[in-house]
Amino acid sequence: MRAVISVVGRDCVGILAKVSNACAENNANIIDVTQSVLEDMFVMMMLVDISDLSVDFNTLKKSMSELGESIGMVIHVMHEDIFNSMHRI
Amino acid sequence: MLNIHDIMETITMIQEENLDIRTITMGISLLDCADSDIKRSCEKVYEKITRNAAHLVSTGEDIEKLYGIPIINKRISVTPIAMLAAASGGDPVEYAKTLERAARTVGVNFIGGYSALVHKGFSAGDRALIESIPEALAVTDHICSSVNIGSTKAGINMDAVALMGKVVREAAERTKDRDCIGCAKLVVFCNAPEDNPFMAGAFHGVGEPDCVIHVGVSGPGVVRSALTKCPDGDLTEVADIIKRTAFKITRMGQLVGSEASKRLGVPFGIVDLSLAPTPAVGDSVAHILEEMGLEICGTHGTTAALALLNDAVKKGGVMASSHVGGLSGAFIPVTEDAGMIDAARSGDLSIEKLEAMTAVCSVGLDMIVSPGETTAETISAIIADEAAIGMVNSKTTAVRVIPAIGKKVGEELSFGGLLGSGPVMPLHNDRSSAKFIHRGGRIPAPMQSLKN
Repeated sequence: MRAVISVVGRDCVGILAKVSNACAENNANIIDVTQSVLEDMFVMMMLVDISDLSVDFNTLKKSMSELGESIGMVIHVMHEDIFNSMHRI
Repeated sequence: MLNIHDIMETITMIQEENLDIRTITMGISLLDCADSDIKRSCEKVYEKITRNAAHLVSTGEDIEKLYGIPIINKRISVTPIAMLAAASGGDPVEYAKTLERAARTVGVNFIGGYSALVHKGFSAGDRALIESIPEALAVTDHICSSVNIGSTKAGINMDAVALMGKVVREAAERTKDRDCIGCAKLVVFCNAPEDNPFMAGAFHGVGEPDCVIHVGVSGPGVVRSALTKCPDGDLTEVADIIKRTAFKITRMGQLVGSEASKRLGVPFGIVDLSLAPTPAVGDSVAHILEEMGLEICGTHGTTAALALLNDAVKKGGVMASSHVGGLSGAFIPVTEDAGMIDAARSGDLSIEKLEAMTAVCSVGLDMIVSPGETTAETISAIIADEAAIGMVNSKTTAVRVIPAIGKKVGEELSFGGLLGSGPVMPLHNDRSSAKFIHRGGRIPAPMQSLKN
């Protein structure tokens, strides 16, 4: 099972490090990372494997969202299936 | 890896544009609960619903958490109760109370199916059930009722139309201390679909499997937002944008429906690919029409804009789902749509224009508040007009009108929640349709050729 972590906000130092660190703490394995600047905002997408999470999926979502608040970014964690079903035929 | 723009688009749809799954509806057949003893029959109904739907709400919540998509309602539709009343006799309100008890036990938002199908005539149980509707809706909170009074193949049963005018009026009177909410849970159909997941008209048709999962999607806000990115395109472009957006919305419904079906071990029925508005800002069908270039919903051009919208939603959605059904299209419930409420308040949206719009929208005259003085005959005449549009055009039409007992044009009713609020709209109450309605009988089924 895989999930997409999206991080949006003003660019600053150490975003990737903090988010990757949170992934490691919860045993989410990072498979792919892309980042770019969209409409003056820093946008990062991370594809992570969540099959062996050390916490349940909702706890991961909650802790990522709290991390986002603490660094002034908006972080969402969503199941990969939803993007695949919407954007791939 | 998925495209970064696609991911952002999906997140924006859900977080900012009110994209949601409006309902997961479990259809349950109660045919095997019929018993000659009404008490026994009610026991079987309660047992079957609470057994089949025991995990419906928790499964819905789990899927909501897994995918991060809000699932607003979890509902149940059942076999038209008139069929059970036919076998058992007795007071049909007992069934309504049983369904209410079952709804509370399993925690669903609504149970639909306190219904009768009388498009060609009344059989055993039908008349008793219809006459009991006002009481059933007054003594329950979660039960929805519908009656099918016409079809393209059978014509219109005008005796049933006359009866429904009285029933609607009485349902309003019985709940006048609660903003006449009884009528918000009662819909009169022509060509009712058997697999509709939306309330108040959901029931589980006799051709359906024993138990099935239907999903109704929503998303007017997403469509409107997509159109704002094309302020000057021609209508071909507008239709293409709506189709693309409807496709994406429906894919979400398909995903949630198949996941629910798998987890509950129940076959997946259909996705109803409807644009269902809510009173929330940014979730309005009227605002989509206005985005296309109308100053306000209800002005000249509204019917054409709605026809384009309704057709494009279907075209986009059909390919996104393996089975499409229900009402599928754009709903125009006045009190449930922020843009329609404004247009009705300002007098720009009239009942005549709404009637024209129903010829091209997915359902019919929906959630219209009428003056308290509206007679049963006038309500019947409105139902007959609307049924005629459905019958002749081979489409589903319906009437959900709420006579605001004790109120006049200019005053308002407020139901709260998804049902919203709205102004009392003027009708032709100074002109009678009584003689026409009192004639009774049937309007014969229309020609299917010589289409002009």
